[in-house]
Amino acid sequence: MADRITVHDPRGFAPKVAGKRLAQRHPSLEGKLVYLVDCLFDNSEVFMNELKDWFAQHIPSMKTVMIKPRESWVDDPDMRAKVVANGDAAILGVGL
Amino acid sequence: MGLALELEKAGIPSIAIHTHVFARLAKSVATANGMPTARQAFVPQPLVDKSPADLRAYIEGVDPISKRPFMQEIIEGLTSALNDNDLKGMSFERSNPRFLEADTEDNLRELFEQNFWTDFLPIILPTEERVNAMLKGTSHPRDEIVGRLSPTAFREDWEFNVEQVAINAVMAGAKPEYLPVLLAMASSGVTAKSSSTTSFAGIGVINGPIRNEIGMNCGIGATGPYSHANATIGRAWNLLSQNLQGGSTPGDTYMGTLGNPLSYGFVFAENEEASPWEPMHVRYGFKPTDSTVTVFRGGRYMSSGFGPREHWEDKMLRCLTAADARQSPLVIMDPIVARLYVDKGYDTRQKLVDWMAANAKLPAREYWNEMWVQTLIHPLAVAGVEPYATNLKAKPNELVKVFQAHEINIVVTGGETQGAWRIYEGTRMKNATVSIDAWR
Repeated sequence: MADRITVHDPRGFAPKVAGKRLAQRHPSLEGKLVYLVDCLFDNSEVFMNELKDWFAQHIPSMKTVMIKPRESWVDDPDMRAKVVANGDAAILGVGL
Repeated sequence: MGLALELEKAGIPSIAIHTHVFARLAKSVATANGMPTARQAFVPQPLVDKSPADLRAYIEGVDPISKRPFMQEIIEGLTSALNDNDLKGMSFERSNPRFLEADTEDNLRELFEQNFWTDFLPIILPTEERVNAMLKGTSHPRDEIVGRLSPTAFREDWEFNVEQVAINAVMAGAKPEYLPVLLAMASSGVTAKSSSTTSFAGIGVINGPIRNEIGMNCGIGATGPYSHANATIGRAWNLLSQNLQGGSTPGDTYMGTLGNPLSYGFVFAENEEASPWEPMHVRYGFKPTDSTVTVFRGGRYMSSGFGPREHWEDKMLRCLTAADARQSPLVIMDPIVARLYVDKGYDTRQKLVDWMAANAKLPAREYWNEMWVQTLIHPLAVAGVEPYATNLKAKPNELVKVFQAHEINIVVTGGETQGAWRIYEGTRMKNATVSIDAWR
C-alpha cells in the first residue's frame, strides 16, 4: 500500500455569508413604475427596448423607464438611488 | 446580478436577465450574497448581432433554463408571494481546513485536479515541510493577511495569508527566495485568473535588484521558459490567483470563452542594464534601487515588428490602431530597438510613449464601433468625461486618438540577438506597481 501523506489545502478564506431577504412583491404590475436597467452589454439596449415594447402592448397601465448605469460592471450609486426613490420594481438585463 | 441584489436589499423587487450559459454563475453569485432565491430569468446565448425581431422572439419564447415562458418568469419573479426561503435568505460559513485528509500522492494529485486547484501540469504537493521551507523566504509571519482577490468585480472577495501564498508557491515549484515577489503580486489585488468571458491573462514585469538576486532572465529568451525564476513565478501567480480568490472553474468562476495560453504564466524582467532609458518602475514613483512588480491584465492581442526601419512610423501605427481600442498596449522591445529609438531622438521612454499616444488614431466611426468602446467608454463620453466626450462629437471620418499616454507602457527586455519588438495587450491596473522589498 502506498504511503499516505498530509498536505496543505491551497485555498484562501471565503467570507461569511449573511442571509438577506428579498423585497416584498406587489400583487401585480398594473399601474406600477418598473425600471428597465440596460447593463450595457453588446445589444442589451435593443433587447431592453423590445421588452419595453412588450410591456406597452401587454400591460399598458404599467410605466417603464429605461435607465443605464454610468459604466458597465461598476456600481452606479446615483442610478441605484433613482431606482429606489422612484421605482416599484426593476428588471436588469442582459448580463451580470 | 450584483445590482439586482442591492436593489432587493433596498426594498425594490428585482429580476436579473442573463443568457443561459451564465446560469450556474448567476446562481453561485446569488448564493454567495445570501440570496439564493434571487429571481433570475434566462434567454438563449448570444444576443450580439441578433436583430430586434430575433430578440423579440427570445422574449416571447421559453426560458431555456426553467423551460417556462420567459415573460411568465419575469412577471412572476416580480409579483409572486415570497416563501420562507425568500424571507430569510441563507447564512453560512465556508471554512477550509488548513490540511487536507492524508492520502496517497496519486490520490492527492487527482483531488487537486478534480477541484481545479492546478493548471493540469504536474505540481509539487504542498507538504508542511515544504511550506515551512518556503516561508523562510520572507520575514513576515505566516498568519499575516496579505490581501483579497476575486475572479471579477461582482463576486465576493476572498482573503488570504502569507502561508496560503507560500502553499501555492510550493505547488508551482518556486524557490523560497521568490516568495517576496509572489507576496507582492498577491497583495496587488489583481488576479491573474479573471473570470472575464474575454479571457484576459495576467502579465507581470519585475524591476530592480531582485531580478538579479533571484536569477531572473532578461536576456536571450526573456519572455520564454528559459529561467526557473521566470517560469515558476509566473505559474505561481496564476495558481495562487485561482486558489486564493475562490476558484477558476469553467462555467462558475471562469467564463473565458477562448481561454488564454499566457495563463500558464507570463512574468518577465526588464533588462535595465542594457536599456538606454531609466527603468519602467521609475515612471510610477519608485527609485531605480527599489524592487517592484507591475501587474497588467491583457494578453488577448499581440503584434510584432522589427526595427525601427525607414518607415517605422507606419508599421507602429498600424499595430497600435489594429489593437482593441479600449485595451492598452504593453510594448516590449529588445535593447537594440530602444537604442535605435534614442538615435532617432527619443532619448526618454516617455517621449516615445507620447508620440504613440499622439499619432495612433482611428476614424471616429471605426473607434466608436468597437465593442468595448461602446460598452465601457461611450457611457463615460455621454456623462461628459474627457477626452471621450470630445471624441464623441467628432464627425464619422474625423480621426480620434485611440490611447492616452498614461495607458501605454514600454518595457525593454531581451538578449540583443535581433532588433525585435512586440505589442501585447497590457492594461496596467490602478496602483499596481507594488514594492517587493516590503515583502522580504
